[in-house]
This record gives sequence, C-alpha cells and structure tokens, in this order.
Amino acid sequence: MHITKLSVFTAALMLSASWVHAADLRIGLAEDPDILDPDQSRTFVGRIVYASLCDKLVEITPELEIIPALATAWEWSADGMTLTMNLRDDVTFHDGEPFNAQAVAANIDRSKNLPESRRKSQVKSITGTNVVDEYTIEIMLANPDATIMAQFADRAGMMLSPKATEEMGLDFGSAPVCAGPFSFTERVQQDRIVLSKFADYYRADEINFDSVTFLPIADDAVRLANLRAGDVHMIERLPATSVASVKADDSLLIEQAVSLGYQGLTINVNNSDRAKTPLGMDSKVRQALSLAIDREALNQVVFEGVFAAGNQPFPPTSPWYDASNPIPARDVAAAKALLAEAGAENIEIEVQVSTNPVAGQVVQVVQAMAAEAGIKINIVAKEFATLLKEQSAGAYEVSQIGWSGRVDPDGNIHQFMTCEGGINDSKYCNPAVDDLLNKARTSTDIATRKASYDSARTILVEDMPIIYLYHQTWIWALDDGVSGFTPYPDGMIRLHGVSAE
Amino acid sequence: MLSFIGRRLLIAIPTILLISIFVFFLQKLLPGDPVLALAGEDRNPEILEFLREKYRLNDPLYMQYFHWIGKALQGDLGMSLRTRQPVLELLGQKLPVTLQLATMALIIAVMIGIPAGIISAYHKGTWIDWLANIVALSGLSVPNFWLGIMMILLVSVKLGWLPASGYQPFFEDPLQSIRTMLMPAFVLGTGLAATLMRHTRSAMLGVLQSDYVRTARAKGLVERTVVIKHAMRNALIPIVTVVTLLFGELLAGAVLTEQIFTIPGFGKLVVDAVFNRDYAVVQGIVLCTAIAFILMNILADALYRVLNPRMNDQ
Repeated sequence: MHITKLSVFTAALMLSASWVHAADLRIGLAEDPDILDPDQSRTFVGRIVYASLCDKLVEITPELEIIPALATAWEWSADGMTLTMNLRDDVTFHDGEPFNAQAVAANIDRSKNLPESRRKSQVKSITGTNVVDEYTIEIMLANPDATIMAQFADRAGMMLSPKATEEMGLDFGSAPVCAGPFSFTERVQQDRIVLSKFADYYRADEINFDSVTFLPIADDAVRLANLRAGDVHMIERLPATSVASVKADDSLLIEQAVSLGYQGLTINVNNSDRAKTPLGMDSKVRQALSLAIDREALNQVVFEGVFAAGNQPFPPTSPWYDASNPIPARDVAAAKALLAEAGAENIEIEVQVSTNPVAGQVVQVVQAMAAEAGIKINIVAKEFATLLKEQSAGAYEVSQIGWSGRVDPDGNIHQFMTCEGGINDSKYCNPAVDDLLNKARTSTDIATRKASYDSARTILVEDMPIIYLYHQTWIWALDDGVSGFTPYPDGMIRLHGVSAE
Repeated sequence: MLSFIGRRLLIAIPTILLISIFVFFLQKLLPGDPVLALAGEDRNPEILEFLREKYRLNDPLYMQYFHWIGKALQGDLGMSLRTRQPVLELLGQKLPVTLQLATMALIIAVMIGIPAGIISAYHKGTWIDWLANIVALSGLSVPNFWLGIMMILLVSVKLGWLPASGYQPFFEDPLQSIRTMLMPAFVLGTGLAATLMRHTRSAMLGVLQSDYVRTARAKGLVERTVVIKHAMRNALIPIVTVVTLLFGELLAGAVLTEQIFTIPGFGKLVVDAVFNRDYAVVQGIVLCTAIAFILMNILADALYRVLNPRMNDQ
C-alpha cells in the first residue's frame, strides 16, 4: 500500500515536467547582474540584460561600425564641437511616454550630473545639449571627441524614460523603464530576471518571444548541464575547455566571437616603491619577459586554441590592430641577451593573480616559459577585490589583469597609458604617448586616428608597461532549436531575428 | 519553563551584540576596498571618493559601527551596496528559501538517519550494522559539491527527471518548488543523515543495554513494543537535541550546495556579499543566522527539559 502511494507520488513529480516553451526564451548567465540602472551599473553581465531591455541612440555591427538605432542620422560641425542628431519619431518608452529630443537631453543630463552616475567619465566632453525641435538635438562638446559615438552605442547612450527616472531617482534600477524590445517584469536577486515583449516596440516584428528569462548560474559545469537538460535555451561564456564536448554533441550549437578586450600582465613601473625592481625600472627586462613567452602555445595549452593570442590592446582581427607590430615569436636567446644587456640575469619577480583557476593556469604557463630565460616568477594568488586594491595602491610588481574591452579603441588604451589616466595602475607616464593618444581622440577620421595609435604603439612596444597575452573569445552554446543568433565581439546577446522551437 | 526561556532570551541579547561587533570588525580587517569592488571597471578616483563619502567609509571604525547598530535597532539594516536593495528586504526574500531547503534536508536526514541508526544499534555486530556504518561513513566523506554535480549530470541531464538548478517559490507552485529543491535537499540531507545515524546508534545502544529494557523483555513484552515504546522514547532525547542544532546550522545556509544548485538562499547571498565587500548584507545575514542559531539552542534545551522530566529538578 505504502509503496504504491510513494511510487504514484514520485511518478506525478516527474511527469509534471516544465516543458520549455519557445514563447519564453531562457538564457543562462555566468553571474547575477548588479543594479539595473544603465547610469549606475558596472557589470558586463548587466549589459547583456540591457541589450533586450534598453535601446540605445546608436548600435554597432559585428564589424564594429556604428549604425542608427534610436538616432537615425548624425552630423558633426566643422570644428567637431557640435554633434547634431536626428531621432526616430515612432518610439515610445515602456511606460507610454514619448521618446524625443527632450528625453535625450534629460538622459545625457542624468549621465553627467547624477552624483552616483558611473558614466561621468564617458560623457565628460559633453558640456550641454540644445533641443532644436521635437526630434532633433544638438550636443555640445568642450573639445572634439571621436569616442562619443561609441559611448552612445553603450550604456551612456541607453535611453531611460525621464518620467521614470524622475519618479524613482536612484531606485530606477528596481523597475527600469526603457525603450527596448522587452520591458521589465520581475527580478529576484540571484535567481532570475524576467522581461516581457513590449508590444509597441518599433521593431516588434523582429522579436519572436513573448518573454525572456535570464538565469544567473555561476558554476560553469552546472550552467552547461542546464543547457544539456533543456532547462535553458542558451548560455553565455562557455569555458574554452568545454568547446570540444559541446561541438561533439549534435543537439547543441556553438557560436564564437573574439572579444574587444585583452588579458595581460600589468607591470608596476612607477606606482610606489614596489616599482623599484629591475623589471619596473628597465624596459629591456620587460621586453625580455615578453620575448620569453610563446603566446600561441599559451593559447593551446590553457584554452585549447579557442582564444586568440595577442600583443596589443586590440585583437589581431580588429581594424585598429597595428600590423607592423605582429605577435612576436618566442625567442629565449634574444630574451637572455636583453637581460644580460640590462645586467639582470636570474632575477626574481612576483606576479599577483586572482584566485580564478583559469588565470592561475595562464600565470603558471608564463612562469614555466620565463624560467627558461632566467626569470624566476613567484606566483601570489589573491582574491579579486584584494588584487584590485593592491594593484591600485601600487602594492605589486606584476599583476595579471585584463580589460573587457570597448568599441572605441580609445577605451582600451587611454585610461591605462596616459599620465593622468583613471585606471593607470602601472603609473606609466610618457608625454609623447599622451600627445598621440589625446590627438587620436580629437579626429573623427579613422585613418588619422589609426596613424596616431600606430605611432603610440611604436613607443609602447619599447616601453612595454603592459605585456598583452591573449584576447578572450566569447563563446555561446545554444540548443539546436535556436536560430538567427549573430555573435558580436562585445559579447552581447541581441535577440532581433532570433527564434527557438 | 517560561522563566527558563525568559532567562535564556535575556542572555542572548548581549551574545548577539558581541557577535555583531565581532563580525563588523572582522569584515573591516579583510583586505580589499569595498569601493573598488563596487566601482568595477569604471573605477576612476572621483567616483571612488564619492562612494567613500556617501557610505561613510572614511569615518572612524567605531563611528561606522555605531551608525550601523543605531539604525539596526530601529529596524533599518542598511542597503546592499551592489543593488541598493534594503538588506531587510533581501533577508525577507531569502529566508523562506533557506527555511524550505533546511526543512526538506532535515526531513530527508531524519527519514534516513534515525531508522538506519535504530536498525544498526539493534543488529549490532552483524553484517547489517557493518553495512550501515559503511554507508554512513561514505555519506559523511563524500563532498557535497561533488555529489551535487554528479546528481545534476545523472538526474537532470541523462534522465531529465528533475530541473538542473533554479528555484520556484513554494506558494507559487508547490509541486515545482519541491522538484527544484529535491536534489539539493537530498545532497544536504544525506550528509546529515550519516551524522544522525551515528548519534542514533550510540543513543540506542546505550538505552538497549539499560536495566528497564531488560525488565521489559523479562516481563514478556513483544520485542517491537520494547524497542519503540520503551527504548526509543529515551534514546530520542539526545537525538532531538542533535536534530534541533542541525536545523540551526542548516539555517545558516548551505553555501556550497546553494552555489551548485543556484538556490537563492542565505548561503549564496553571504558568499557573494563577502566577495563584493557588501558589508551591510554580510552583517545583516550574520545577525539573522546568529539569532536563529541561538533560538534553536534555546529550543533544544527546552525540549530536553520537556522530554526528560528529571532535568526540571535541577
């Protein structure tokens, strides 16, 4: 009797399976986003949610060209100090408020002037706005700034309903109101974020889901297990080591794109007394360390060849890559010669790395390679918040750290390499480089900008305050029923044209 | 009884206060700057300084503590620095989840552990006892996170019987809620079942050898009555104590299990809060779990007195 009841109960449990409807797209994220307010948020994973929640003034193509989105056209004045933008006239926010030039002005004002705004440095060059008419706005700059359009393709260009920002202020993130394909429905911290299709979206015909559910699943193995079990339709940041097994699985698809960012070794050249090491004081020693590393082998060993080796802030596939400075092949003899020249044979250096196992593997491979050139590396693993603090305070010799990357090349280099750069933790300072990087910001002509970056590269290849190692590849794994997904180098999941059965 | 509980509750207050001071200062000792962790990639000096001022991180430590405890006594536990959600609200969201996981894990532990302990004690020295001990030792030794991942791979991926991770609130969809919690509760419960089995076995062994049990058998009572009505009743006393204390531990949040199964309970919350240096959240959770644990201790002592009338004479 009891056995029968138990088995019936068990059977009922299993049969009430939650079928995965195509009407609801379920996406597994690698982390839980922070506050859902584009002006206050700081995480990469939050931007994935914004891609479905908040449309921007402009967008990018997979080739990183800037294309119209909420803005239809734009024009620079002759002196490069005024940007005139024409806006769409058929857009409403999720709360029914109209999108117009006044809304854009309110948004820019908030990004600039909200005390908690994390976007201030990105819109620093904007001095004010001028509403010309309902759908035309002029944006005035303090100096010519070529990076502004790329900023408008990210969080600084996301348009929030002014009515909502005024009503909710700093708590806008608890119920965000934007103008994207989906509107905010519900969020349970560390559990799920649910968005529902916005019926009045101006490109509603490209959206094939009634709702999107984002599920943060931190453990990589469990995230993949969820996909395999059919509990989610797609996951982001599949580990490189899982690529082979997913490719062998007929029911799953893989999509990849080399990211905009980099990972490397930041060297303390002038940040407190810890910089007074042979490595920190002599560029020849830094060049030697770089020459001792076989970047392609590193990619093979740690990432099974899936990522991309690198020696510049931009990947070799980027239009901004300086082809005259290709990835150097490993040359232990040359490294030893440089060390001898610098009088620094058999030195010991300390490399700090986060407790992330993958980062640890990277540094271990570098350690083995450097040992052959006579550089002994002592690895110190630190929890990430501690690592950041010590890096910022200069309490390190070498730090393994990366950057998630920005569409505009300036975002990958300026704040790290200029004397007053906000995230210049190596405290590298070379006025010649400053001039070139500042100049590159002012021209909107791509050829002119690239020439400046290439000239800066020539100096930086000598000085080498950062040894670039590789570029992460964004890897998505999808159920084979999902179609229409386009991989973007910024790692975002754009749902226009995507459908699932 | 009431005066006993009253006295214990009174002593609990300075204990909780001491714990709050201890945790507060321990957190501040952690290397790493909360503001850097907060600022993320856009960490330029102006925003860092602004955040430090705003969250009073430049104030002397004792002032920060008094500011926090002052507000806490008024019911305001502060705000998560990461998401601006009030800590009290966060706790309110996570408590039912942790309660559900703890309850289900305990039920599984009790359903497996106690009968196993009784059978093992009764058949002491035989192959049944030997087998039960091996199973118990395996349950204690197998790491939670390994068992968890293995179960996900087997039950969710290969067999497709249960969801791989996630959580459904109980009152929204009870059946689905139990389905999402079944594996994590099982993983937690089997570890506890092993402990419980060992305790039950020792308690039963002690009782089965006592005089009154021999008397009951001599009186000619059926074996089943002897074991259940006479022996177990007394063996239950230490077992109930252990169960209550285990429940208190479970309420602290099963960190590893929650990480693996993505159960949004206390454990996951406190781990993320420590990594993000989200001080207010950590303090709020520690306060909450300290109170829960102390209450469970008081409950265990009270139950002990109820079950063992001889204690009341002391």
